[in-house]
Amino acid sequence: MIRLVWAQLFRRKTRTVLTLLSVIVAFLLFGLLQAVQVAFESGADTADAGRLLTTARYSIIEPLPMAHARAIERVPGVVAVAFADWFGARYQNESNAFPVFAVDPARYLDMYPEFTVTPAHRAAFVKTRTGAIAGRRLVERYGWRVGQKLPIASEIHAKTDGSLNWEFDLVGILDAEDPAVQGNTDVVLINVAYFDEARQFGRGKTGWYIVRIADPSQARAISAEIDRQFANSPDETKTQPEKEFAIGFAKQIGDIGALVTRILMAVFFTILILTGNTMAQAVRERIPELAVLKTLGFSDRMVTGLVLGEALLLLGLGASVGMVAAVGVLPALNSNTGGRFPPLFVDATTWLLAAVIAAALAVVIGLPPALRVGRLRIVDALAGHR
Amino acid sequence: MRALNQIAQITLVNLRTIPTRLGTSLVVVVGIAGVVGVLVSVLAMSVGFRHTLASTGRPSRVIMLRAGSDSELSSGVARDQATLLASLPAIARDAAGRPLASAELNVMVDLPRKGERDPNNVPFRGVQPAAFAIRDELTLVEGRIFTRGVREVIVGRKASRQFAGLEVGSRIDFRDSEWTVVGIFTSGGDVHESEIWADAEVAMSAFRRSGFQSVTATLADPSDAGLAVLKDTIARDRRLSISVLREPEYYARQANVLGTLIDVLGYSVAVFMAIGAVFGALNCMYSAIASRQVEIATLRAIGFGGAPVVISVMLEALVLALAGGALGGGLAWLYFDGASLSTLNFSTFSQVAFDFRVTRSLLVRGLVWALVIGAVGGALPAIRAARLPVTAALRTG
Repeated sequence: MIRLVWAQLFRRKTRTVLTLLSVIVAFLLFGLLQAVQVAFESGADTADAGRLLTTARYSIIEPLPMAHARAIERVPGVVAVAFADWFGARYQNESNAFPVFAVDPARYLDMYPEFTVTPAHRAAFVKTRTGAIAGRRLVERYGWRVGQKLPIASEIHAKTDGSLNWEFDLVGILDAEDPAVQGNTDVVLINVAYFDEARQFGRGKTGWYIVRIADPSQARAISAEIDRQFANSPDETKTQPEKEFAIGFAKQIGDIGALVTRILMAVFFTILILTGNTMAQAVRERIPELAVLKTLGFSDRMVTGLVLGEALLLLGLGASVGMVAAVGVLPALNSNTGGRFPPLFVDATTWLLAAVIAAALAVVIGLPPALRVGRLRIVDALAGHR
Repeated sequence: MRALNQIAQITLVNLRTIPTRLGTSLVVVVGIAGVVGVLVSVLAMSVGFRHTLASTGRPSRVIMLRAGSDSELSSGVARDQATLLASLPAIARDAAGRPLASAELNVMVDLPRKGERDPNNVPFRGVQPAAFAIRDELTLVEGRIFTRGVREVIVGRKASRQFAGLEVGSRIDFRDSEWTVVGIFTSGGDVHESEIWADAEVAMSAFRRSGFQSVTATLADPSDAGLAVLKDTIARDRRLSISVLREPEYYARQANVLGTLIDVLGYSVAVFMAIGAVFGALNCMYSAIASRQVEIATLRAIGFGGAPVVISVMLEALVLALAGGALGGGLAWLYFDGASLSTLNFSTFSQVAFDFRVTRSLLVRGLVWALVIGAVGGALPAIRAARLPVTAALRTG
């Protein structure tokens, strides 16, 4: 039976191969664009429900006093507090080549257990005042080596001597196993102890706080309680679960999802027309043959199944090859964008979605000719075609 | 002459029979319309974004930032430095002899988009009185200008369209203060239309700032020599560590990252779709000549040459492609031209609002793509048609 479907499908090789190629291209594009969308939304997906983010109430660029840390720690339900400050890096004359955060090494690394750092690197970062650790993809992209000096300029923070050129010691590498998390490691972390002492302005201030809570279901109550600590002070705060922050930030960029969906709709609509037309044509040509099959004893339902199976095979084959091609292309793409763009990957949902779309297209395309063939009367079919 | 006549004859016959092959022909048209539609609409985004930033500023004006800063956000200019800069002789004066220089504060305020709740980084600019004389492209379209010393703001038209609560008369709450919107302005569709403007002194006290971020000024002598004089004076003054950029240069830099990203997205998607469409066109043209085998063979038998057959098939493919290109470009123009959106510009970390611009050159580019796809998709089938052995083809009929 399967061999029969296969034989039918490749009855006219050029036509089928061409149709198949366009289906493959459509699904390759689907795989790639979905990966982009997943990367944009990964911030929300990889968010830890046990983490809150505290920023200045009126704008995330306003600094907050470091002294807030102690007050936040005292709020019931808070387990740990870390903080980070935006350095505004310029590297090799490229503005914002990568994010650099000034952090308390131990507090920060403890806050993100999903990051992997070897114990030796971690220890070196904790005890080296001028130390820095960098994400593995950044290290690979720039060809850095642990132990080297890292000259990074700041666009915001001058040193006490007025110079904007800073230098750190690269003491370790930051990585993550989950590809969705790996984008978050495309950073350089520097030791705030040195940074805060050596900067000219803004001493004693930091950018934002990361707060770990014991019970994620209490996130809202604890957020409100943290903000209440600083209400009516000069440095009011806005605390929200990490996930909400990530979603809000992604929305600032705009609705990438809607854009991708619209493009893909155009792609699949085209495929629908193209493949639908090919199928209809292929079936029309074969009507006498199908009539012969019926004469030989194939039931109506079997003939219907044959045609529908052909559509399923065409779309299934095209979708699989296209998706596999997408998976194959991504690593090369990622190594070229390391640190500039989060890593792209095809996740399980994308595979599932591809299967559903392929099946749906196959049914929409295959069902009308399949039903027509099923209803075919042998005499008419044989008579009409000679 | 005879060849031309033959081409015309066959092509006309081909084109007249398109209705009988509507299904397959439609595939080419729709396939190419899809490619061109997506290409034109995505590129219209990048054209609109670049246009907004490119139309910001005049070459006769400069923006002065702290040396080493690429954007106002990371820059800082102390009050005494700002006064010093304004007093430099290379800066133009107005009729009353006051310098055409405005020291400005640039902060961000959180505002939701209309109908949403999540905050966006909307740029808030505190300006000195000279700002309006310097930027004479700015016109109020509604209300009045803010009163000095009062918590009042005027809002760019694009910001007012994108973000909630920015109509004349509405009150907005930033920092421990309430501000009243008193006017809406336009400034030639540039980036300032995404901003909220207030009196610099009021803004500084409300946002608890002691310094400015930039100084925008008109050059006394807009030539390169005039700019060199200003740069030179600043470089020689030990109290100043300031970089000077002509406005267009500064704003063009901000368009690079995001503009390139949108272009790359548009072109890569279009390339993939175009490959798919080429396969579709090949399929269609192969089946078109398959259904006309006998006809073509007959023509060859009665003395038509191979070249006219090739050209006629190519022409048919090109006509279909052109129809597809026109359809795709037309749809993109119909749906997206002038539609506005806003996004986060990574270079400034703040929102910029802009319009899709489906320009004539974009439409032409779309048609060129369509023709290329049509030509590639028509070439192989055309050659096959011409090579068809006459006798064999006649026998199949």
